[in-house]
Amino acid sequence: MASSIRVRAVENNGVTALKALVRHPMDSGFVKDSAGNVIPAHFIKVLTISHNGKNVFVANWGPAVSKDPFLECRFKGAKKGDELTISWIDNEGASDSTTATIA
Amino acid sequence: MTDQRRRGFLKGMLGVGVAGFALGSGIVPLRVEAATAPDGSDWPEKAFKTPGVDETIAELYGMEANESDQITMDLPTIAQNGAVVPVSVETTLPNVTGIALLVAKNPNALAAYFDIPEGTLPFVSNRLKMAETTDVVAVVISDGKAYKATQNVKVTVGGCGG
Repeated sequence: MASSIRVRAVENNGVTALKALVRHPMDSGFVKDSAGNVIPAHFIKVLTISHNGKNVFVANWGPAVSKDPFLECRFKGAKKGDELTISWIDNEGASDSTTATIA
Repeated sequence: MTDQRRRGFLKGMLGVGVAGFALGSGIVPLRVEAATAPDGSDWPEKAFKTPGVDETIAELYGMEANESDQITMDLPTIAQNGAVVPVSVETTLPNVTGIALLVAKNPNALAAYFDIPEGTLPFVSNRLKMAETTDVVAVVISDGKAYKATQNVKVTVGGCGG
């Protein structure tokens, strides 16, 4: 299985545009399954994007973020070929991390 | 799938070595860099459990937000599926340090908030769930003050039902 995070980062005129798609159920805790049991909340709490060891973007998410969350952000100070690290942790303590190279 | 596997393998071999390989193949969810990996301890539990827009802003930032026309929100006026509503926020306000997205009629209003460090543009795009037709509020922290913009979304199928 591949990483849960898919990232695409493109640098243009000094601004890096990053799009990330994370595979995660993001259960809200309000939905019931077919047997009528509540599916407990299970969602990503924090997602960070870092460049050269410095966070360039921190997303704090609640259960109201859609399943398989998508995020887009833009930042300055990175150049083509630089590595970005994208990490997340969910409310059950599971986490994942991946690196991406800016194109 | 084969392509992705190969990519993960290559990335692992060329990029970050053994840890990267394990990660790319999804066997061990290792943290590549402990220094930048989030631990979730800063997550504002209370703000995410507060109903009501104004109460949540007060809980999160400790102040009231004023209306601003310098915040641009891009979201559909009618959402066919409340489970996936794309919301983009951009602002021309200076020195932005944070952006928050709130959905007024959700059980807990706060959907997401973002730290914007220096050098990062005050723009974010995200997808949110909303239970019913509701106002979506974007809060921007600029120069230490809170500003907000509101837009209504008509939801035809709620995102929180079973």
